Amino acid sequence: MNLDSLVGLADGLRRGDFSSEELTRHCLDRIEQHDAGLNAFITVTADSALAAAREADQKLRNGATHALTGIPLAHKDIFCTDGVLTTCGSKMLENFIAPYDATVVTRLREHGVVMLGKTNMDEFAMGSSNESSFFGAVRNPWNTDLVPGGSSGGSAAAVAAGLVPVATGTDTGGSVRQPAALTGITGMKPTYGRVSRYGMIAFASSLDQAGVLCRSARDAALVLEAMAGFDERDSTSAPAAVPAFSQQLDGDIAGLRIGLPAQFDTPDIDRGVSAALAAALQSLVDEGAELVDIELPHTPLSVPAYYVVAPAECSSNLSRFDGVRFGHRCDNPRDLEDLYRRSRTEGFGAEVTRRILTGTYVLSAGYFDAYYLQAQKVRALINADFQSAFAHVDVIIGPTSPTPAFALGAKTDDPVTMYLNDIFTIGVSLAGLPAASVPCGFADGLPVGMQIIGDHFDESRVLKVAHRYQQLTDWHLRRPPAYRSDA
Amino acid sequence: MTISRSELEQLATLARLQLPTTSCDELSQQLTNIIDFFDQLNAVDTATVEPMAHPLDMVQRLREDVVTESDQRDKLQRSTTFTKDGLYLVPKVIE
Repeated sequence: MNLDSLVGLADGLRRGDFSSEELTRHCLDRIEQHDAGLNAFITVTADSALAAAREADQKLRNGATHALTGIPLAHKDIFCTDGVLTTCGSKMLENFIAPYDATVVTRLREHGVVMLGKTNMDEFAMGSSNESSFFGAVRNPWNTDLVPGGSSGGSAAAVAAGLVPVATGTDTGGSVRQPAALTGITGMKPTYGRVSRYGMIAFASSLDQAGVLCRSARDAALVLEAMAGFDERDSTSAPAAVPAFSQQLDGDIAGLRIGLPAQFDTPDIDRGVSAALAAALQSLVDEGAELVDIELPHTPLSVPAYYVVAPAECSSNLSRFDGVRFGHRCDNPRDLEDLYRRSRTEGFGAEVTRRILTGTYVLSAGYFDAYYLQAQKVRALINADFQSAFAHVDVIIGPTSPTPAFALGAKTDDPVTMYLNDIFTIGVSLAGLPAASVPCGFADGLPVGMQIIGDHFDESRVLKVAHRYQQLTDWHLRRPPAYRSDA
Repeated sequence: MTISRSELEQLATLARLQLPTTSCDELSQQLTNIIDFFDQLNAVDTATVEPMAHPLDMVQRLREDVVTESDQRDKLQRSTTFTKDGLYLVPKVIE
């Protein structure tokens, strides 16, 4: 069974080439066969998946109209799933059975999507390598000595290895785009506010946004239009109509103005990444696109600004984990203070602890103006840079990550080095813009991602450019050799 | 800027965390490196810039003050074993 295209799978289901139950069993078999070496899943919900698949088959026999009916999917373990373990990659929630569904989960289920399980992730989505998970690191299917990126590393590895055709993710500073780039798949983060955050365990509320990891822009468009839309349960949900993204993919890109930020051309970029990106841009130019040099002068400050703002919001959000109502509770607390402190200390891992302490520092008396308020002002400048650029260009293109996948353990001792890996994705998050990462070649045998950034609520254009590029190239269909379906 | 041991203790207290008994120096050093990394933010003149708390220019939505949720106390309390008569149990706070 070929998981390369959701449209292909939807056609196969409708033609009766296979049933959703058979497709679901195929994915469950792939997970069974390959996941021990990848650690992409925290929970596999085989029984409920097969029941949901049989229900989808019934809907298909009755003429279900939605393209996603009967399609298997995995959710990042940050989305609450009613009655199913929801860990957020943390010991804190090791035994947490969510009492309700996230809106993303509800909407996809209403479209007849079959949930296969919950994917591994950096603890509370804090990480760029998926090594901070309490449930162990995820491995990159292209080379299992390497990281898959993070924080949606389990979702990325599961799609790249062909265990599932599509998975959800979340992106706070690059957590959908960077793992997509490092595993050779397509990742889409929509505009902040486009997809409901209800039931998505909060890390940094002014940055968190749900996204999709899959094989192509066409697949991303189909899933995104099912997930997106106003939700009264999320106070920051955008009251904007959701275009039919999948119907707006076709058409040429002649005259498209592509901005190339001078600040994205840094000496830290791997030469193989630069070469792959240059070739990709040339193929878009050959289609009639025009390259325009632009300036995003505050780009170098996006990393420090983000690592002030995100930990500040994280330290507030994670104060809810107090050992009382849910989550890890220490044994034999002496008093209430001891209950709070020991439950939190035992429940949180090293990176989460560092970020809570960092956030507490930048919000504390005497430092608030110097760090937190200043970072928010720099955030405004970063956003203004993008808005000035979008007055002249349609999309902005650059690398997703400065390097291909790196070795497990290579950056875990030095948080600042790990943070600098996010240089190209973080400004986009601070500005709340939509962006995709699409595979655009290889460097030393490892996949390289091209990031396509759009203006607010202009996902359609980002997806259209990505789709056009994927019609010209087949990088997005390359599979890691050890995980091809005949392997 | 160096984060001293006593500052670290104070931060841990504010965050309701305990410091590790070992590797405290390493944590101090890591936090110092992180805070030092933030110092470049102060090189920018932001005297006339309004801070940006949120990426979208939107106002807080209001709704009618009516009950929209049903009582799910039993279901929600299944997330801990420390409840009694519908209440959450914590160590005694009043002697």
